[in-house]
This record gives sequence, structure tokens and C-alpha cells, in this order.
Amino acid sequence: MRQLRRNRAAMLALGVIVLIVTACLLAPFYAHVIAHENPFASNITGTIRLNGKTVNVLQANTQGLGYGVTPIGPTWHFSNYFLGADDQGRDVFARLLYGGRSSLYIGASSAVICVAVAAIAGVAAGYFGGAVDWIVSRIFDIIWAFPVYLLAISLSVILETNGINFLFIHIEQGSLTIPILIIASVFIPYVGRPLRGIVLSLKEREFIQAAIGSGASDFHILRKEILPNVAPTIIVFFPLMVAFNMLTESALSFLGIGVQAPQASWGTIINDGLGLLYTRPLVGIMPGLMIVLTAGALNVLGDGFRDAFDPKAKLRGSI
Amino acid sequence: MSDATLNEPVLSVRDLSVTFATRQGPLRAVDGLSFDVGAKEVLGIVGESGSGKSVAMYSMLGLVRDSNVAITGSVKFEGREILGLSDRELQSVRGGDVGMIFQDPMTAMTPVYKVGWQIVEQIRAHSDMTKAQARSRAIELLGEVGIPDPKTRVDHFPHEFSGGMRQRVVIAMALSCNPKLLIADEPTTALDVTTQAQILDLMSKLQESYGSSIVIITHDMGVIAEVANRVVVMYAGRPAEIGPEIDVVRFPRHPYTWGLLGAVPRVDVKNRRLVTIPGTPVSPLDVPTGCAFGPRCQHKMAICDERPILRGGDGHVDACWLSDEQRVAIRSQATVRGVADE
Amino acid sequence: MLRFILRRFASAVVVLFTISVMVYLIFFATPGVDPAARIAGRSASPAVVEQVRIAFGLNRPLPIRYLLMMDHLFIKRDLTSYVNIGDKVVPQILAAAPVTLSLVLGAVVIWLIVGVLGGLVAAANKGKFIDPLIMFLGIAAVSVPAYWLGEVVNLITQNELHSSVFAWLPAPGWVPLTQSPGEWALHLLFPWLTLAALYAGIYARVLRAELVNALNEDYVRTARAKGLSERRILLRHALRCSLISITSLFGLDVGALVGGAALLTEVVFGLPGVGLLTYNALENLDLPVIMGTVMYGAFFIVLASAVVDVVYALLDPRVRIV
Repeated sequence: MRQLRRNRAAMLALGVIVLIVTACLLAPFYAHVIAHENPFASNITGTIRLNGKTVNVLQANTQGLGYGVTPIGPTWHFSNYFLGADDQGRDVFARLLYGGRSSLYIGASSAVICVAVAAIAGVAAGYFGGAVDWIVSRIFDIIWAFPVYLLAISLSVILETNGINFLFIHIEQGSLTIPILIIASVFIPYVGRPLRGIVLSLKEREFIQAAIGSGASDFHILRKEILPNVAPTIIVFFPLMVAFNMLTESALSFLGIGVQAPQASWGTIINDGLGLLYTRPLVGIMPGLMIVLTAGALNVLGDGFRDAFDPKAKLRGSI
Repeated sequence: MSDATLNEPVLSVRDLSVTFATRQGPLRAVDGLSFDVGAKEVLGIVGESGSGKSVAMYSMLGLVRDSNVAITGSVKFEGREILGLSDRELQSVRGGDVGMIFQDPMTAMTPVYKVGWQIVEQIRAHSDMTKAQARSRAIELLGEVGIPDPKTRVDHFPHEFSGGMRQRVVIAMALSCNPKLLIADEPTTALDVTTQAQILDLMSKLQESYGSSIVIITHDMGVIAEVANRVVVMYAGRPAEIGPEIDVVRFPRHPYTWGLLGAVPRVDVKNRRLVTIPGTPVSPLDVPTGCAFGPRCQHKMAICDERPILRGGDGHVDACWLSDEQRVAIRSQATVRGVADE
Repeated sequence: MLRFILRRFASAVVVLFTISVMVYLIFFATPGVDPAARIAGRSASPAVVEQVRIAFGLNRPLPIRYLLMMDHLFIKRDLTSYVNIGDKVVPQILAAAPVTLSLVLGAVVIWLIVGVLGGLVAAANKGKFIDPLIMFLGIAAVSVPAYWLGEVVNLITQNELHSSVFAWLPAPGWVPLTQSPGEWALHLLFPWLTLAALYAGIYARVLRAELVNALNEDYVRTARAKGLSERRILLRHALRCSLISITSLFGLDVGALVGGAALLTEVVFGLPGVGLLTYNALENLDLPVIMGTVMYGAFFIVLASAVVDVVYALLDPRVRIV
């Protein structure tokens, strides 16, 4: 812990993450109190007052063939339309904050699920061996051999259009839970495999053998001997998985199969910005910068965790 | 060869100190070590793990790669100062004039290359032999170190050899360029007991035929008694006692050496209880300003808070404040107690 | 060795079969999913849906339908699209494959050079200024969404600067190698760089970590004690041993990319590769095309992991199975 606190880069990264998370949590405050805009409703005919003049949010296109409309650019006034509007006349800055909530929420919750399931499966496989190990390892193998993006895409296509109606589980289509579950499950082997390996080698070590020999219960050994030894690896994996999952989420959303309208995430906003790339590039650039900043900070933090808790860990250098 | 060159030491170390800068403060791993190694001499450096014996040897050849290390003193190899030379300047010394044997033969060779390739690599780094010449030399060497069927084994990978055989390969590699000095760092520690004896025999035999001087680092007084001509006993990075092997083993002067010798099982005394040195080795971060062994010494006196210098005569010196009379008294007492114990 | 290779490829076939069944189940047997309704369209009447169901053979038992689809995909190779009736799937994939291959192979060359050099320089200068600098660039590269980077590249090269600095650069698109090698390379230049950035970052970071580990190994100390040059120790000993783990990473990455993971780069730069084909099929929910491209992708990934295991055995004598 002290070593982590001494790591200036990691502390800076933690600061950046806290800042971004706080800003995104304050999204409703900005949208309702400062900007008075609904970031999820079109505002095609809206107007704002700018420098004492009333200006349309969407203006006739002045470039190219003059078709369509160009949303207003950044006002740089910390009131409404701080970063301008998108082609629906929605406040980009408010959407950026709300999108950040979705992206962070999906990244973090899928990382929690992924790491938790992988830890349980990997530790069980490594500790109990035999049939448990065989089944878990085969499942890992199959998910692993699958093209990750294509698996995520296949699942998204089906689930996003139908929702999940399976036995007692009912998840509406468009719910954020669907991308969370998809992203969490495709990366389970990525975390589970190394954990299984660690437990396998732990089992050969004297202190575990001694515990087994002295007749300690499985539960006791798992809790008192195994868990403290795999915990560092789990801690190190976590920020990396959040970054990794966030990038995957943004890619799926960019392709239109992650977060569904009217919800926004950084990935969907980049997609929104695609059509405005040459007129209002900030719409697409800002969410990308947010992703780079967040994922970069998480990666730096992960490196710091690794140096502090698990210096010998041989993780695939983040991502 | 004239007498003068014969008498000139192959290796001459003066006041060697190795200090690591750590977060907890400076760590003095080697502190004021001086000794000479004469031609064809076998010098044993003995001490507990952490006494700085390996670090001292590695630091001489620039094999301590820590950027926080400071090495001072003087190390002359055949009269030439080698301390502070660059890697490039040291290349001809390392592996050419000075061969090295390491503790763990399991990890000492690059796992992905055949042993022959690795020996050839070293030969060709120090001579202009062709690949074929170097290869037949490698086969010859493997035969000399007692590897059966060297013509086939030269194309085997390190993991295909047993521990003892691998150590033989490492020895063959160290000898490949006819070194004038061989540094062996705990060459037998990782091996089982019967293999240990074979390796020591081999080293003695090869030392005779190659005429190299040897510095052998060990924590095992038994190894010293078997191969060394002269001994340096180290404690906490400092030399505690230096002298001819016979003198040090038969008439040890320093209380620490007494402890070390007590820890060797002897065949001549039946059922003698093994003596252990009380306490634990001093932390190298926290070496006392006085005698380093003081906190563990049963014969500690007030003056021991001052650092003793090496003194004595006839090439047998030690760093201890005890007077000769006191030593005789303590030793005879210890012998009486040892007999009474039986 | 031969037996090892045969066994490895036999297991690859089993994995491919499992994947084909899973993909089929995902698309055709997920509870609440009715491909017939999807083909017929959202507002189709039940009668039309029923007609479609019979026309596409979707009323037959699931295992039969699976076998029929595999028959059309692999043996008869005449599987047709549900959306653009008459478009055969296999020729489409075969036409798109060279695009993806061109993209991936060019990027591979760039990322290997940059990544390996970066890792080597960082590891050789551990603790000096250049090491954290390279590692920082590495983190930046792995944190950038590739598709977004592609857009920024387009914005820079195709917008205002296109008339001045980047006047030599053609509009995004695809020119076959056989048609004009120069144009081919020019069109692919920025896609290559964009795709390579992420992987160069990963490889520099992984290689540095491996090299730093390797340089602390006993055999490096031996190599130094043998009197070898620092360059030779780094390249012939440390790098050679580090390459073993890099190789497995490399094989899997190339397999995944050729298999469709370059999709985002293809979409952003409008390259008509397998990824773009999949993307378009996804937008139309064209199940046979998705099935085909996913199987194509799985094939390369499984093939790559089998090749990796064999190469691994060749590189590391310790795992060689005689």
C-alpha cells in the first residue's frame, strides 16, 4: 500500500479517475441545473441565447452542398451547449457526462462480474482438479477459441434485439445489463486461466500441503490459504479489465450493438459524431479523448497495482 | 617462467567494498576485503549466505548489474586494474582469462540452445577458431569433464542433462578458453552429496592439468577442507579470518570460525553433537560499528565495540580482540566440554 | 513431432465443430428468436412468416437444419444471403479476404518492427529516461480505441489539410495489389498505421516485461561471464528466450485479426474486407453471411492457435514432445 502511494504516476492516474467519475456522477446536475437541457430528447427547433442574440441550435448547412443542418459549435460558456450540439440538437457536453456514466458503469460492472466469475471458476478448477477442472477448462478453451469480437457481436445482435427471456430471467432489450453480461462473459477465460494456474502451483507448495495434511477443511484452506495468495493477482487484473471492458463496450456501441438509444455511451457518441466529423469534429473527438484518458489512467493504475502487490505477475502487459 | 612472475599473484584484491543504496539506507555488502590468489593456488572463501562472498566476486567482474551499487577499492588481475572497466573492456577478461562456474547448473545455461552451441559461442568470442574447430574443441572438453559419449551429447539441450552432468558442462564451458583463474560460486551446493564429491574431484583434477588458479566460494567448511590451499572466512561482508587451509581448519583463531567448524560433522569424533552458532546473521543494513560478529559472540568484551583489524602472523590473520592466551584458554575449555558432552 | 502436430490439428477440428454448433444455436435456437420472422420483416403477416419458414427450410428439425447449413456453407458452398437474395456467401467472403489480409499483413510488419524495437530499447535502458517514455507511449497506444483513432486520422488527412500537406493521399478506399501496387500501399498506409498502433503498444510493453525478467535470469549472468558483448546477450540470449511467449501472443493476434477483429479499422476506412462484410451483415441481420464470416474468423483463430502450439514446440526445446 505504501509502495503504491509512493508511485506518483499511479496516484496521478487515480486522481484522474476520481475526477472523471465525479464529473460523470454530476451529469444530472449539469443537465438540469446548469444547462436546462434534456440530453436524451431531440431539440431540432431549439434556440439558445448567445452573446445576447437568439441563435438556432441547428443551423442551415453552410458547407458542401448546403444540405441538412449544422449544429452549433461549442459555446465555451459553462451554461448550456458548452461543447455544442449534435445533429439532433442535443447538448454534447451533457451527453458526454451521461455517456461516461454508462461507459464507466458497464466497464466497472462487467469487470466485477468477469473477475468474480473467473476467480470462482479458476480457483475451483485449480483447487478441486478432476472433473471440475476438466469442465471449467473446456469451457474456457471454447470461449477462448472463439473470435472475441465476433462472439460479442453475435450475442449482441441476438440479445439486443430480443432481450433475454430465459427461464426466470427477464431483461428488456436495450437494457445496459445485456452488454455488461456479454462483455463480462467473453473475457472470463482471460482472467480465469492465469488464476487457475496460480492455484495449481500453490497447491504444490508446502504450506498448502501442510494445511491439507493437517486435515483442514476445503473451505478453511480456500479462505485462509488460497484466497490471500490469489488476491494480489485479482486486484491487479481489476483496473486492467475495467479499461479493457470499457474499450470493448465503446467498440460494440460504436457498431450499434452495445448501448442502445436513447441511452448514450462514449462509443455511441463517437458514432453520432461520425456524420459531423468534418463540420463539428469535437462531437466525435471528445468522447474518444475521454476514453483514452480513462483507459490510460486505469492502465497506469493497474501497472502501479502490479508493482505494489504482485511484482512477479506475468500479465499480458495490460489490455 | 621466472620466479618473479611465479610469485606475482594472479588476482590481487585490496580493500574491496560494495555498497548498495537502498530505501532503508546504504547496504554495505562487502566491507574492506583484501586477499591475493597466487598462481595455481586454490583460495576458498567461506561464510554464511548473505556474508557478501558472492557479491565480492561478481563485483570484481562487473557482474553486479544493480544501478544503485558503488564499488570501491582495487582489483588487479595479473597486475592490471580491472575494477571500473567498461563492459567492453571486461569482455576479454570474462570467460577468457577468468572462467566462472555458478551455483545452480539448472538455470545457468540458456535453455533454448544446445550445450555445444553455448560452448562454441564462448570459444569463438575469445579466439578466431572456425565453427568446426570450436565444435571439436567443445566435444573434447565435454569428454574431459567426464561426460560419456560427448559426440552425441554436444547436440543435446541443457534440460536433457542431469544436475551433476549439467554442472560438468558448465565447468567445460568455464575451462573452454584455458582461463588463468576460475571462480566457482558454490559449485556443489545445488547438487546431491555423491555428485558433490565427484564435482570436487573433477575440479581438483582439472586444476592440475589446466594449471588455473581457483577461487571457490562456499558455505561448507567440508568443501574448503577438501580442495582449498588458503581460506578467507567472511562475516557480514568483512573478512574475519584469512590463512592457509591447514591452519584455519586445525587452529582456527576467530570465534566465528570456531562456530563454522563446529557445524561440520566429523568422522574422527563419535556422536559429537553439532554445534550451532547462536543468534542469526546480522542484517547487512545494520552492521555494528564495532566487531560485526559481536552480537553473536559468546566471548564479547567491552573493546569489541571498536572495530578489530586483521592481525596475527605467518600469513594467518583474523579480526578479533581476543589475546592469544585467551584463545588458548577458551579452546581448551571447549575441547573439555566437547569431550564431557559425549 | 509429427504425431504432436497431427494431434494438435485434430483437436482444432473438434473446436471448430463446437464453435459452429454454438454459433448456430446462438442464431437459430435462442429462445424468442425466429429467423423466419426476421427474414420476412417486421410488419409481415403470420401467413407470410409461415411461407418464409417453409421456403427457407426453417420448419425442419434443428439438427437437420444445422447439417443443411453446414452442407451449403462448406460442401456445396452455395449458401445464399437472406437479405440480398441470390448473393452467395462464400464468394463474398473469398473476395473480402484479400482486403483483410493486405490490411493485417502490412500492420503486422509495422507493429513488429515498432513493438520489438520499443521493447528492446526500453528494456536495455531500464531506469533511464527513455524507458518510462516508451512505456507511456505504449499505455497511450493501448488505451486508444482503434476506430476513433481512425476517425481522427481521417479528420486530419482528409479534411482541410488534404489540399496541402496530405494532397498525395487518395480518398479512403481499396485498390487491389494486382491492379496497382503503389496505389494499394498508399490507400492502406494510414489503416496500417492505425491498426498497428495498438499492437505496437501491446508488444512493446509485453516484450519489455519479458526482457526485464529474462535479463535477471541466471543464464544472462552466465552469458556475461562468458565474455559476450552486451548486444549479443540482449539479442541472442534474452530476446531469443522472450520471443517464446511473444510468439504465442503474436499467433493468436494475427489469427484474430485475419479472422475479423480488424473490423473496426475496416469500417472506419471503408475497406471492403471481411470485417466490413460482417458489419454490413450485422446491420441487416443477414444470418447466413454472419454465420459464414464467424466460421471464417473462427477458422483462422483456431488455425493460428494450433500453429502457435507447434511453433512454440519448435522454439522451446523444453516442451518438445518426441
